[in-house]
Amino acid sequence: MSMPFYVSPEQAVKDKAEFARKGIARGRSVAVMQYADGILLVAENPSRALHKISEIYDRIAFAAVGKYNEFENMRVAGVRLADLRGYSYDRRDVTGRGLANAYAQTLGAIFTETAKPYEVEIVVAEVGESAAEDQMFRLTFDGSVAEESGFVVMGGSAEQVAAAVRETYAEGMPLAPLLAAAVRALGQNGGEGPRELTPAQLEVAVLDRNRPRRKFRRLVGASLERLL
Amino acid sequence: MILPAADSSGRLPAAFQTAGTSSFTEFLGGHLPDLLPGRRTSPATQGAHAVATQVPHGTTIVAATFEGGVVMAGDRRATMGNYIAQRDIEKVFHADDYSCVGIAGTAGLAVEVVRLFQVELEHYEKIEGTTLSMDGKANRLATMIRSNLGMAMQGLAVVPLFAGFDLETAAGRIFSYDITGGRYEEHSYHAVGSGSLFARGALKKLYREDFTADDAVLACTHALYDAADDDAATGGPDLPRRIYPVVVVVTDEGFRRLEEEAVGRVVRAVVEDRMERPGGPYAPLRVDDSDPTT
Repeated sequence: MSMPFYVSPEQAVKDKAEFARKGIARGRSVAVMQYADGILLVAENPSRALHKISEIYDRIAFAAVGKYNEFENMRVAGVRLADLRGYSYDRRDVTGRGLANAYAQTLGAIFTETAKPYEVEIVVAEVGESAAEDQMFRLTFDGSVAEESGFVVMGGSAEQVAAAVRETYAEGMPLAPLLAAAVRALGQNGGEGPRELTPAQLEVAVLDRNRPRRKFRRLVGASLERLL
Repeated sequence: MILPAADSSGRLPAAFQTAGTSSFTEFLGGHLPDLLPGRRTSPATQGAHAVATQVPHGTTIVAATFEGGVVMAGDRRATMGNYIAQRDIEKVFHADDYSCVGIAGTAGLAVEVVRLFQVELEHYEKIEGTTLSMDGKANRLATMIRSNLGMAMQGLAVVPLFAGFDLETAAGRIFSYDITGGRYEEHSYHAVGSGSLFARGALKKLYREDFTADDAVLACTHALYDAADDDAATGGPDLPRRIYPVVVVVTDEGFRRLEEEAVGRVVRAVVEDRMERPGGPYAPLRVDDSDPTT
């Protein structure tokens, strides 16, 4: 009878993390950034139907990179959790922090308990009454959670894109110039030098604090072209 | 604990990550069935009548279509037997961006059904990335009413009126229900609740196919006045307290609830008319050839 090789816990965790990181780096990037009236979410995504960005609740949005089936699973779980909380308590009692916590616990458990970790990275964004109350949580495949401010870039060549964003980003920028900067930065992804992204290759949404009740709005078609 | 949102490891329970349903009600039914209004069994009672007079009941809701949309209005009274339980209850609600729902019957259960219905529609929209069809929404509401049948048999019935703008046919549509979840599409106008007989009679005489939104609002206000005139459980316009009916309009531009100020103007005009003629506007006695609706 053959004995399985001994693998130290350190090695197992390292291997899993390496595997997940590689998977996430293969895709295209997503940027989530604060602007004057809320939070802007931009993804390079040629599909109209398979979203990387979506609405979770009144003030909360979700953005993800990695394997579609895995982050879609997390997104649906998030919508269910938010709607359940809102239905049993009150709409105001649904918070981005609560959702980020549930995601962190779930991703952490999947990372340690299963052979294959989820190859996903998620941002949970919540728009507040003012820019100071906006919250952005970044969650990685192993369940680590970090609160970010300003902007977050994840997936693909995230560091390259983040560096490009940093050159132009300033607090309280209006929507149009910030979107232009984000699109330019996302064009840095991929080896063959900067590319020009067209509206058809983009998925864009905002959490606009000036909207009533449901703050999430997709920017598509004519309204997106006008902004660009 | 009502909300076992996480198991001992903190991970979300399996139900949250199960694929296959876009329905919030189905998710609740599998995960926390006690939160569903219809799943509760009420204790056996001596007589259905005894219970029915001890909880608030909502009364009259009317709806009428016009070219390009639909209007729904409800009076503001809730009764408990011969008591007025509340003067300013709201019984017409936003269901989603293109539909509204008004509820007559046991107020407590009705409000819960509406809350669940609102979450159901929004939940589907978020998960699927698209809204349900008008018929899909109407059927969903029928299922919820059907699950309340046990309570309805004990005197705690909930009877909704559902209306909205159908984006596919570009027209306003109205659906009525019975306590068994029967769903019926109504044409032109309808009313539910204790004063509905009188309201429907009024709308029958006032309704014209070429109504504008303002005409439909005026006709619905007259119909509610007539309901209150002859039904003790329906509240008339309360001018001293400035409590007016809730009036909503749904068009291709979406759901809109009329401002209190605007409803107040219509209500005062109606009351003014009734000072002259308490029975309201005359309907022509003979069908007129020039009438476009005949």
